[in-house]
Amino acid sequence: MKIVVLVKQVPDSGADRNLRSDDNTVDRASASNVINEMDEYAIEEALRLQEAHGGEVVILTVGPDRATESIRKALSMGPDSAVHVVDDALHGSCAVATSKVLAAAIAQQGADLVICGAESTDGRVQVLPHMIAERLGIAALTGARKLTVDGTSLTIERQTDEGYEVVTASTPALVSVWDTINDPRYPSFKGIMAAKKKPLQTLSLGDLGIAAGEVGFDGATSTVVEHSKRPPRQAGNKIDAGDDGGSKLVEYLASEKFV
Amino acid sequence: MAEVLVVVEASQGVAKKVTLEMLTLARTLGDVSAVVLGGSAAALADKLGEFGASKIYAAEGEDLDGYLVAGKATVLAALIQRVSPAAVLLASSQEGKEIAGRVAVKLDNGLLTDVVALDADGVGTQVVFAGSTIVKSKVSKGLPIVTVRPNSLTPTPAPATPSVEQVEVALTDKDKLAKVVERKVEAKGARPELAEASIVVSGGRGVGSADNFKLVEELADLLGGAVGASRAAVDSGFYPHQFQVGQTGKTVSPQLYVALGISGAIQHRAGMQTSKTIIAVNKDAEAPIFELADFGVVGDLFKVVPQAAEEIRKRK
Ligand SMILES: Cc1cc2nc3c(=O)[nH]c(=O)nc-3n(C[C@H](O)[C@H](O)[C@H](O)COP(=O)(O)OP(=O)(O)OC[C@H]3O[C@@H](n4cnc5c(N)ncnc54)[C@H](O)[C@@H]3O)c2cc1C
Repeated sequence: MKIVVLVKQVPDSGADRNLRSDDNTVDRASASNVINEMDEYAIEEALRLQEAHGGEVVILTVGPDRATESIRKALSMGPDSAVHVVDDALHGSCAVATSKVLAAAIAQQGADLVICGAESTDGRVQVLPHMIAERLGIAALTGARKLTVDGTSLTIERQTDEGYEVVTASTPALVSVWDTINDPRYPSFKGIMAAKKKPLQTLSLGDLGIAAGEVGFDGATSTVVEHSKRPPRQAGNKIDAGDDGGSKLVEYLASEKFV
Repeated sequence: MAEVLVVVEASQGVAKKVTLEMLTLARTLGDVSAVVLGGSAAALADKLGEFGASKIYAAEGEDLDGYLVAGKATVLAALIQRVSPAAVLLASSQEGKEIAGRVAVKLDNGLLTDVVALDADGVGTQVVFAGSTIVKSKVSKGLPIVTVRPNSLTPTPAPATPSVEQVEVALTDKDKLAKVVERKVEAKGARPELAEASIVVSGGRGVGSADNFKLVEELADLLGGAVGASRAAVDSGFYPHQFQVGQTGKTVSPQLYVALGISGAIQHRAGMQTSKTIIAVNKDAEAPIFELADFGVVGDLFKVVPQAAEEIRKRK
């Protein structure tokens, strides 16, 4: 089984993040960039499947040059190789266009199974998995908290607002995972050294048969009109609990008409 | 007036609050038609009419209910092509976003997700990066397909008597690849749903154990609110994941958010920053949660919360 894991480099969600004032895109140059956290769970899940069933694990990233750091980090966890789609024309791409590029690269790889994080911490858009599956005409099992593979048949469990549901499909398919699915491993020293020598193939849009005008700002299906910093919340009244902290809390609730 | 489609989100035969919010929003944009994908439209008709739907498109059947969203997207895309609406609104839920994503690809159309406001020109407002940045954006290719974040506006009734049109469900094998074999409903009692609740009481690592979460639940019930949890509380097994608030959990925007034993890490704030009023109880006076709390109590939650509960009971 060939498993392709989608990995996105994102600005660290624990640090200050900004949009650029010149072109309204995510400011990646001044941010500290990391692997989208949810993608580490996707990598872990792929490695566990490989350990149980054999096969190959390939990392796939669409992103600027500097995403190479995140790709090497992903490889240090254990995957066999990586594909990096990098092209200046991609800058400014919307989700619809990005899904086109990812779908083309997945198709070229001939993946049996695609695993990705349920969402990225920068966009939090959550639409890519179904967009890709729609383009490839394969099943999408999204939001998995548990994945079982038996030959070509896949079963996931996913959380719903009411409880959970169990969903099945056959390969080829795409599975997106939440952070409840496993505990990702830390790269070992050996893994970090090995990652430096693992094959990393770089592809341009041309290699995927996609024209520059279909992506980036030219091909964007939505645009940012303007953006601004939200004024930070102001701290209000802070009291010491003393002996009657609970009563004071309720007094406040009453003054705001919550009780 | 132009027709605006609202894709109905319902739970166990009842329209969710976000559906009523979308109907209210849609009325500012045009003539409102509700689209029911799966389930039963008849059970929902009264409520949809009460909030201003003048028409209901009903697409029903096992082919939609028994599979994940692909078929619903096929039906919606066909409907959009047939009626050429001025805009399409869906809920910013997992399912709403998934349907929107597929429809956008099918129609090669842009989409906006997680909007909290949408004006008549189709410009949507989004709050991103842990609530730090406000973005205004619009669809530049095709019609506005927009997912609306729950609790973004107050739903108001505007009674109409909707006509119901059955919509043909013509699917292919590609729409039936992901089959739902089991749906498990876990009893959650009478509490409102987290994303839609107007009051949320959340507990963090400071709550200390699963058993102690009863304290959080008690306060939530007294206030008629939902229960939330920080990731540290979820990871420690104190409370189930579906109640996690934050960057990798639910985004909530209630009238009142009460944080008990939560430090206020940026990833937690990402999910509750836009709450109207925030109250925090934390024994560490330096905890960052106090930076955004309208009212903060520095103290031991195990003393403060039972006392507050007692006081509320007295007042009732
Ligand atoms: C990519 C990423 C995504 C994340 N997503 C989320 C997310 O979705 N949601 C989320 O919440 N976090 C998320 N986190 C984790 C986040 O960074 C914090 O680790 C987490 O929010 C901490 O939870 P906490 O406040 O409950 O625990 P802590 O930070 O440990 O705080 C516990 C607090 O309880 C107080 N306390 C202890 N005992 C008492 C007592 N008896 N009375 C009163 N106060 C007491 C302490 O003073 C302390 O302030 C994410 C992190 C990353 C890297």
